[in-house]
Amino acid sequence: MIDFAIVFLPLLGAILAGFLGRRIGDRGAQIVTCAPLWLAAALSVWVFIDVALGGNSRTVELFTWFDSGSFELSWALRVDTLTAVMFCVVTIVSAVVHQYSVGYMAEDRSIPRFMAYLSLFTFMMLMLVSADNFVQMFFGWEGVGLASYLLIGFWYEKPSANAAAIKAFLVNRVGDVGFALGIAGAFLLLGTVDFDTAFGAVEGVQNAQFTAFGIEGHALTIVCLLLFVGAMGKSAQLGLHTWLPDAMEGPTPVSALIHAATMVTAGVFMLCRLSPIFEYAPDALTVVTYVGAATAIFAATVGLTQTDIKRVIAYSTCSQLGYMFFAIGVSAYSAAMFHLMTHAFFKALLFLGAGCVIHAMHHEQDMRKMGGLMKKIPVTYALMLIGSLALAGIGIPGTGIGFAGFQSKDMVLEAAYGAHTTEGTVAYVLGTIAAFLTAFYSWRLLIMTFHGPTRADAHSFDHAHEAPKVMIYPLGILALGAVIAGMAGYGVFVGQGMESFWGDSILDLNDSIEKAHHVPFWVKSLPVAMGVLGILAAYYVYLWRPGTDALLARKLRPLYLFSFNKWYFDELYEAVFVRPAWYLGRGLWKTGDGALIDGIGPDGLSAAVRNLARRTSLLQSGYVYHYAFAMLIGVVILVSFYLFLSLG
Amino acid sequence: MLEIGLSHYLTLGAILFTLGIFGVFLNRKNVIIILMSVELILLAVNINLVAFSAHLGDLVGQIFTLLILTVAAAEAAIGLAIIVVYYRNRGSIEVEDISLMKG
Amino acid sequence: MVIQALTFYLFAAIVVAAAVMVIASRNPVHSVLFLILAFFNSAGLFVLLGAEFLAMILVIVYVGAVAVLFLFVVMMLDINFVKLREGFLQYLPIGGLIGLILLVELVMIAGAWVFAPQAQSQARLPIPDPEQVTNTDAIGRVLYTDYIYLFQASGIVLLIAMVGAIVLTLRQREGVRRQKISQQVGRSRADSIEIKNVPSGTGI
Repeated sequence: MIDFAIVFLPLLGAILAGFLGRRIGDRGAQIVTCAPLWLAAALSVWVFIDVALGGNSRTVELFTWFDSGSFELSWALRVDTLTAVMFCVVTIVSAVVHQYSVGYMAEDRSIPRFMAYLSLFTFMMLMLVSADNFVQMFFGWEGVGLASYLLIGFWYEKPSANAAAIKAFLVNRVGDVGFALGIAGAFLLLGTVDFDTAFGAVEGVQNAQFTAFGIEGHALTIVCLLLFVGAMGKSAQLGLHTWLPDAMEGPTPVSALIHAATMVTAGVFMLCRLSPIFEYAPDALTVVTYVGAATAIFAATVGLTQTDIKRVIAYSTCSQLGYMFFAIGVSAYSAAMFHLMTHAFFKALLFLGAGCVIHAMHHEQDMRKMGGLMKKIPVTYALMLIGSLALAGIGIPGTGIGFAGFQSKDMVLEAAYGAHTTEGTVAYVLGTIAAFLTAFYSWRLLIMTFHGPTRADAHSFDHAHEAPKVMIYPLGILALGAVIAGMAGYGVFVGQGMESFWGDSILDLNDSIEKAHHVPFWVKSLPVAMGVLGILAAYYVYLWRPGTDALLARKLRPLYLFSFNKWYFDELYEAVFVRPAWYLGRGLWKTGDGALIDGIGPDGLSAAVRNLARRTSLLQSGYVYHYAFAMLIGVVILVSFYLFLSLG
Repeated sequence: MLEIGLSHYLTLGAILFTLGIFGVFLNRKNVIIILMSVELILLAVNINLVAFSAHLGDLVGQIFTLLILTVAAAEAAIGLAIIVVYYRNRGSIEVEDISLMKG
Repeated sequence: MVIQALTFYLFAAIVVAAAVMVIASRNPVHSVLFLILAFFNSAGLFVLLGAEFLAMILVIVYVGAVAVLFLFVVMMLDINFVKLREGFLQYLPIGGLIGLILLVELVMIAGAWVFAPQAQSQARLPIPDPEQVTNTDAIGRVLYTDYIYLFQASGIVLLIAMVGAIVLTLRQREGVRRQKISQQVGRSRADSIEIKNVPSGTGI
């Protein structure tokens, strides 16, 4: 019942705000969505204590969905530790964001719609994480995609927002096709879409082969790769990441909730949920590792040169997701979940802090037009600083004291090194470099926004003001999480208590965490050192020696341009996919649809009818003798016919 | 040849009928002549009916001829009245001018 | 027999010739006169066929009423008949061709007409022996009994045609003074006379 309440309370809020929004007004919509969310958040903590800490995992059957022959499917809520963790993350961040939106969107014209979308998203996300089978997960998966689309395009008057929404939807479609094929493959291979049954059947088919078009392959690997394609799309991994930066067109609370804390981590969650399957497909895990590591370093390099405050954080999100994926790639699922949890807190904090900055600067997002805001909005600065410290992973190695990012990111890197495989080592090296870059661009953001002389015009700088309390207070919760979540969670997520904590929800055949705890001390301390180095470098380049950044950009111009243009991914896709698709579509439209189908079908028919009618109407000349002539012809034909009959 | 049978009358009817039709065509401007041609056609029909009546020894043909005569008379009266009214309104009875129904 | 045949050919030739002139004549008055000629000779043919009553009706109704009506209208309307004959020969080739085809076909049908042997005995209303009952008598016997409804109906048709023709052609002319007795009778003193008090010495 309590699990049911957690999942469906947001839906209730969405329905109330969405359908009765006009009647209950803006204030009413805010209340009917925020209240259920806070309640759900409180219940989630309870469930977390009960399920994760108490080891009381369960499955709640709701009702039968499909019952077709041997294919049976139920709506069910699978509440185990994995779900409980996600429940907490999703509901707490979502509640905070709901609360924050009350202030941030105060001047918007369609508040009920926004609140309804947010709640709808939350419901779908909870549906996703509590899914008991592939199909239900797919339902939630598509549901969050829909909500994401609606929220990115929330300001539908802006053409760029519409374009970004469509782009996000389309790119996600690529991933979703992979996911759907993966589900189909899993069903084919395992004979079921139910998680429990499927996990039980994996061991039996671990050597199954698969033949298609004359190519033979390891069946599980192919299924896992297809599922991973789905995860890549939703979690914006290298190749399918292009939608995430554009998604920043949406309102900032949306970016915080969907495109930083929850939805984009759905891919990570999905892989963790399916760890019993992935563990039997080591080749697929290798691919996951490489893709994750590549994403981590790629996004970090791009983040160095972006000027839009939200885009920097978006690329940072992309990079951190890469960390989670290579953690999964080396079987350190619990480390990935740990990083997911801490990341949700500090990244939501950063986004909402950026939202406060944008709010203060009257919707200015370009960092080149900021600077010196520290004195104007000190609270926001403090919160952003906490978030950045957590993101950069600052802490004291060996003592277990440090911000959330320190605990989780280091755990991820240690697990990568501890795997002692080629891909693990590559991931460690790239991840460590990315840690340096992460710290660098985080402080670049901080310095460009808050320090130094202001570059904003006098009017907006003078009117810059601290955000209202309704926005600041929720950030406090996230800041608290960013500071202590790592230290509090370390023990149970990846430490001594992890066996009992995770229970059956995660399978790790490689003992990756155990190995991670036995890496040399320099491996543990190197990421922190890189982070500190990155911070110092940022101070040097942007604060102590102003102008160094421009000098560097000039000296390393090709590299700078490469990074500034996001490795030319958009241009590449434009040339490789979009344009051919455009030409193909246009060709099919013009020749296939227009000329062929319409030409012969509706248009051709109507033209033929019109032509015939025109010719026929020529017969209707209105002259009596024409009609008489027609009658005469008729008489002649009749007589001829009679004659033909009587003679023939 | 000297034996006058039914076919003689029918042939005469056919010739009259054709001439009537022909008249409609040739005088495609003059409504009055067209009306006269219609009378010729009706006359051809009447001749046929009476001929059949006589050769079959059946009086019905003649009764029918009588009815056709009345209808023809009515038609001629109405037709001519229409022509008179039309002439008053348009100052012409050319058939080609009567094309208000043309789309 | 020979006389009968000769009479037929005479009448038939005149009917055809008159019909040709009806459609070919330049002057519509001549057309009407040729139409009258055609009707007269058709009446003769009817007599030849033993239908005296119809022959008389044809003469009275057609020649006396319809043809005269035509004549009347043709003469009454001030129409430039020369102009109406423009393009007379425009449709001659195609009309002539189709007319010829029709004629040939009709003649083929008429010439090949053969009665079934029992056709004579199946007459609905056998014509009585002309020696005893005249044609007019015979028609009258059936027309007022068996065909009374059709007879009445044709009478109504004629009545409606008459009314229709009058309605169509009747018009009230402006400026024609008519005596309206009801108005004359309905006049009262009040709306006829106006009394004015004229002060003396000023005039009206």
